[in-house]
Amino acid sequence: MEDCLAKKMEITVSEAEKRTGRNAMNIQETYTAYLIETRAVESQSEGQCAPVDSLWRRYSEFELLRNYLSVTYPHIVVPPLPEKRADFVWHKLSADNMDPDFVERRRIGLENFLLRVASHPILCQDKIFYAFLTQEGGWKEMVNETGFQLKADSRLKALNATFRVKNPDKRFTELKHYSDELQSVISHLLRVRARVADRLYGVYKVHGNYGRVFSEWSAIEKEMGDGLQSAGHHMDVYAASIDDILEEEEHYADQLKEYLFYAEALRAVCRKHELMQYDLEMAAQDLTCKKQQCEELATGTVRTFSLKGMTSKLFGQETPEQREAKIKVLEEQIQEGEEQLKSKNLEGRDFVKSAWADIERFKEQKNHDLKEALISYAVMQISMCKKGIQVWTNAKECFSKM
Amino acid sequence: EASLAEVNSFSPSVPISPSSMINQYKFEDGPELRDLFITVDDPESHITAIETFITYRVVTKTSRGEFDSSEYEVRRRYQDFLWLKNKLEEAHPTLIIPPLPEKFIMKGMVERFSDEFIETRRKALHKFLNRIADHPTLTFNEDFKIFLTAQAWELSSHKKQGPGLLSRMGQTVRAVASSVRGAVKNRPEMFTEMSNYMETFSQKINLLDKIAHRIYKEERDYCNEMKEYGPIHTLWSASEEDIADSLKGIASCIDRCCKAMEKRMAGLSENLLPILHEYVLYSEILMGVLKRRDQIQGELDSKVDALANKKTEKDLFSEEIGKLEDKVERANNALKADWDRWKQNMQWDMRSTFTNVAENNLRFYEE
Repeated sequence: MEDCLAKKMEITVSEAEKRTGRNAMNIQETYTAYLIETRAVESQSEGQCAPVDSLWRRYSEFELLRNYLSVTYPHIVVPPLPEKRADFVWHKLSADNMDPDFVERRRIGLENFLLRVASHPILCQDKIFYAFLTQEGGWKEMVNETGFQLKADSRLKALNATFRVKNPDKRFTELKHYSDELQSVISHLLRVRARVADRLYGVYKVHGNYGRVFSEWSAIEKEMGDGLQSAGHHMDVYAASIDDILEEEEHYADQLKEYLFYAEALRAVCRKHELMQYDLEMAAQDLTCKKQQCEELATGTVRTFSLKGMTSKLFGQETPEQREAKIKVLEEQIQEGEEQLKSKNLEGRDFVKSAWADIERFKEQKNHDLKEALISYAVMQISMCKKGIQVWTNAKECFSKM
Repeated sequence: EASLAEVNSFSPSVPISPSSMINQYKFEDGPELRDLFITVDDPESHITAIETFITYRVVTKTSRGEFDSSEYEVRRRYQDFLWLKNKLEEAHPTLIIPPLPEKFIMKGMVERFSDEFIETRRKALHKFLNRIADHPTLTFNEDFKIFLTAQAWELSSHKKQGPGLLSRMGQTVRAVASSVRGAVKNRPEMFTEMSNYMETFSQKINLLDKIAHRIYKEERDYCNEMKEYGPIHTLWSASEEDIADSLKGIASCIDRCCKAMEKRMAGLSENLLPILHEYVLYSEILMGVLKRRDQIQGELDSKVDALANKKTEKDLFSEEIGKLEDKVERANNALKADWDRWKQNMQWDMRSTFTNVAENNLRFYEE
């Protein structure tokens, strides 16, 4: 971890700004730009602060960065970006991308993303990532020049395609199941949480009506008046308190959302393994087939039924020269194939090794983060109850003076 | 006539200060000095060829001399309660008769004979009789006594005596007509104040009733969502190792929250909602009482006006007027005293009920 960029450099996404400009299709659009500030961390003894570098990036550039990282490091569980569109909203939250609360939460999410990448032992060393943080102009061109799009396996995007893999690594199969379960359970949880938040909001806010009516009622009462009036005030306080409570809860929801999206990244790594394994098995199969063909041609025996065998029987044998030529071609192909298979095997083993290392790292991170998130959620609930106790104790006192 | 005579014994011909009267009433409200204990329970359904109805068991325990026995058990149906209320209103037009639960509930999906409806009604009927028992005047009403003690057939034969339906209707019609005749000219300031107060109070109490129901509904919806929320954590813990315990912990906490919530809702529906509803009904009753007082005064005023035009039959009229003046004065005083009493009770009720709500909420949060 000593080499982590995060240790050497302070990274923040400090501001968000609305901009208008023309996009690729020359259409006027409004978007939000985020200010990334970086500063080299000086050793304590110097006591001076290094100057702050800054540049502006928009969400689509973050997306480009992440795509690049996912393709270039397929064995790494790449940290996810905050959601593109507001999801799991409840009544008070806006689904509008321009809504200031959404923008603010996204700003925090983007900063979190950068910090995660910068703390990753492998990802933090990537030059494109470094350039993203430090080089404003020409970064997009730089990324495209790496030609990563060509490396991207379009099959990875086809989520529903199944590849019949005969010998998958069991660990990856299990992991894929886990990532599916995690995704489904977290999204269910977030949905219900949104509904719970909605209801809770309703309960608190209706109490605010008490405040108003108590106050109006107190006007016609003599002895009860003061008690009613002050009780009404406490009801107003109660009703207002829910806004802060639920805002805090949104942070908790965002933490869960990060791992919802992480589940996708995890799944992507599993898929990559699946595909590699599939390619490997296909290549091996192809090789076996060719070897068989070669043998058949050489010995003249047809061991297995084949169309070629039938046609040659029906339409006569080939000339020895033709056969020789074919055998030569096949032998070359077999040689190539064996080399390829060897390197693929090696690739596969390397992939499994490095992927699994990163997965272990990820597991630890996930357990740590989720535990902390759950604890903070519990703390939030306790604090909410404490506030409730305070308000109702005060209200009770007022009522008893009525 | 008997009931009017009893009113006389309380009317301040010897002025008693209102505050001491209030103290006296409050004192009497205390359970230690009560000598009449009534319970309403055990609803039973009766099916006949014509109709289906519910009867409730009314048990009375008393140490009063005028009762032949110290314990009574009778069965009454809603119609009987309605009869009692009407008799009391007739006998004491300017006293505040406690509210009866409504005949039907229009809003909501409560059927006429659902368990919830029957239980709510039973509690309200119980309250109704107890409030009468606590009332310094009404508690000695003869019809009340008969209601508590007579067997079913005795009650029906007693009901048939007295002014019939038609004459009662006539009274109601006259009452409505006189109130339509416009504001009473000589209404004492005090009653105008009361009327203004009641208008605002009625408005506010109706609002509070609606708010309380709304809160109850929101709390119930919240509780239902939480019931789905908890188990998701348990489900999640099944695919985890490290954080499984934390997740299970949260699931069980959410579960406990749900239970605490249900307690809170029960508290609301047992305490706050019925009381608010009772006072909604009370506000209607009080408006009616004020109108009837106005009507009595109206009678007096119109006779006085008539007298002004007929000087010769002065003697005849003056006796009548004298009687009416007495009547008005008695009515006014009765109302005033009852009003003070009612307000005191209301205050006490509101105080205790909202304190109860606060306590419930405290308990909820503490749990």
